[in-house]
Amino acid sequence: MKFRFTHESIEINAGLLIALTMVVISIGGLVEIVPLFYIDETIEKVEGVRPYTPLEQAGRDIYVREGCYTCHSQMIRPFRDEDLRYGHYSLAAESQYDHPFQWGSKRTGPDLARVGGKYSNDWHVQHLKAPRSVVPDSIMPNYPWLSENALDYSDIAGKMRALKRVGVPYSETDVEYEQNVDKFGKEMADMFNIHRAQENLLAQAQQGNFDGDRGKLTEMDALVAYLQMLGTLVDFSKYDEGYFTEFR
Amino acid sequence: MAHGASAVDTQYNYEIVKKFAIMALVWGVLGMIAGTYIAAELAFPFLNFNTPEITFGRLRPVHTTLVIFGFGGSALFATSYYVVQRTCQTRLHSDLMANLTFWGWQLSVLLGVIGYVNGYTQGREYAEFVWPIDLLIAVTWVIYFAVYVQTLRRRSQPHIYVANWFYMAFILATAILHIFNNLAVPVSMFSLQSYSAFSGVQDAMTQWWYGHNAVGFFLTAAFLGMMYYFVPKQAGRPVYSYRLSIVHFWALSFLYMWVGAHHLHWTALPDWTSSLAATFSILLLMPSWGGMINGIMTLSGAWDKLRTDPIMLFLITALAFYGMSTFEGPMMSLKSVNALSHYTDWTVGHVHSGALGWVAMVSFGSFYHMIPRLYDTELWSKKLVYVHFWLATIGIVLYITAMWVSGIGQGLMLRAFDDYGNLAYTFIETVTFMHMPLATRMIGGMFFVSGILTMAFNIYMTIRTAKKEQAEIEARIAARMAKAGV
Repeated sequence: MKFRFTHESIEINAGLLIALTMVVISIGGLVEIVPLFYIDETIEKVEGVRPYTPLEQAGRDIYVREGCYTCHSQMIRPFRDEDLRYGHYSLAAESQYDHPFQWGSKRTGPDLARVGGKYSNDWHVQHLKAPRSVVPDSIMPNYPWLSENALDYSDIAGKMRALKRVGVPYSETDVEYEQNVDKFGKEMADMFNIHRAQENLLAQAQQGNFDGDRGKLTEMDALVAYLQMLGTLVDFSKYDEGYFTEFR
Repeated sequence: MAHGASAVDTQYNYEIVKKFAIMALVWGVLGMIAGTYIAAELAFPFLNFNTPEITFGRLRPVHTTLVIFGFGGSALFATSYYVVQRTCQTRLHSDLMANLTFWGWQLSVLLGVIGYVNGYTQGREYAEFVWPIDLLIAVTWVIYFAVYVQTLRRRSQPHIYVANWFYMAFILATAILHIFNNLAVPVSMFSLQSYSAFSGVQDAMTQWWYGHNAVGFFLTAAFLGMMYYFVPKQAGRPVYSYRLSIVHFWALSFLYMWVGAHHLHWTALPDWTSSLAATFSILLLMPSWGGMINGIMTLSGAWDKLRTDPIMLFLITALAFYGMSTFEGPMMSLKSVNALSHYTDWTVGHVHSGALGWVAMVSFGSFYHMIPRLYDTELWSKKLVYVHFWLATIGIVLYITAMWVSGIGQGLMLRAFDDYGNLAYTFIETVTFMHMPLATRMIGGMFFVSGILTMAFNIYMTIRTAKKEQAEIEARIAARMAKAGV
């Protein structure tokens, strides 16, 4: 008797059911995800985007730890109201060193993709400690512990090394350092040198004085340093209005 | 009776089902209380009490993890182990392995939430577990797969019943999603911190491929497996259309995997990807409604059961909410609608009409059917099932209408311009506007929590009564045997 394939053949064979299910559920992801790693236009060619400095990365880790992404997005959409409220829409290039991405999915509070430079350090410190003291109707929690907790930066080189392994161009060798000099300039290349991570972190905190207290290096220093650079890397006046739409 | 019960004990492994079912209720109660609490924090921010461990940002993953993985996950383990045994008419493969899945899963949920309140998170929604827990989950899941397949292979029926296809697809898809989405490099062997293998746009795409399919396979396909067993059982009728269930299964499994990117409309994700996702989201309406129709129409000819059977009420209402949210979903995945709804409470409301209306309601119905059978007894109170039903339904309706008001309201305010072309409202004005809906949502949550507390009490009394009955029977048998001089 000849074998006839019907749906019943699947219903009586667990192996076949599993194999076919695997095929069916794999296609969508493969088609949509894999090309994103290979199509060049996925990430815009744009000047200025760089990895985070050790202090900024430490601040970003605190941003993730406190779950800021549960209420704040970092992804401005190309709409007129968002442009007026937050600034130029976000580029893929601007989050290319973000592990993990923090685009968010909910705006219980405003978008933060370009919050950098909009307020003073003092404002941020006050707002983080007691949001309602500067925005009376705010529903954000108080984060007083940020300026009490000393920043733990003992592991910053280890963190940079882990980030390097997932593709962030921090340097460990002279060759990598030289590449960074070419790409980001000497000042930044020095910042991305893993061997000088702690020294760089301390210097930036000392110089920036983000929490308004030079005597103490706190989590507030790191978080404010991070917030103050968000969205400031690309100089949009350098580009034509239509330039970025070519990548979309 | 005692003989009957012990025969069932050897024929089926009910112990593991009982354990998972009870933990589902425990996590459900805790997770929903956590949800109501964070809802209250948004309406009344002083409730954060300047305490890191209970601020919204740290408690929100506690809520989502407890309800999705604690409650939902344990309910799926319980029902899948029950259904696979009943439909294959065989005992679950390996008690040891089944127990390992129990402890592995409970430990993951527990350690996960302890981590979150202390600030240990991967910072990606619904995938916040730190890397060692991800590994524990992966191992648990492989064992789960092995138990399930081995049980299927020893079935005494030639056919694999449709509910098992859905459970199988859920197990396979969850494995793929979990592994690829959690690829990360730990800072060191002794650090709980890790960095995602992907960055920016690729990380976002991978995460929402995971995130939406956690909805698609964890919270939908698997619960459809539940539906395909418990609805026909409770109705006492066969599934409405076997052919429809075949189409439903393959179409749903294929289409769901494409739609994740609709969470990234208008972002820096390339347009081709999000357009593709929108297209498939609309297509997905068909199998979703196919499944809903198949479930609801199973009751055709026995509609009167809705008047007399509160369990049926739960199951059919769940399907109605499933139909509603799978209509709302494709609509929100249209780019023009999404432009308004994205980033607002409309999304939160949509998720909850699915999570409370569909996932929780179908689980409640299934549990009310299953638990008395596990303990060989009757439900302690049918009246309390009605009470639970109405508390839950009122809670959901309050919740989702409040979120429509809040979400659509905020969306409209944010895009409003005045006569001079300036923005009509500042962001904080929308926050002020949202206070009333947020408070209403909290009250909706309280209703829903009261509902599950009612259920927990009812189930507790059911189990207690069952144990008492069992003890009495055993005592009577012992007495009679003593009398007979055995």
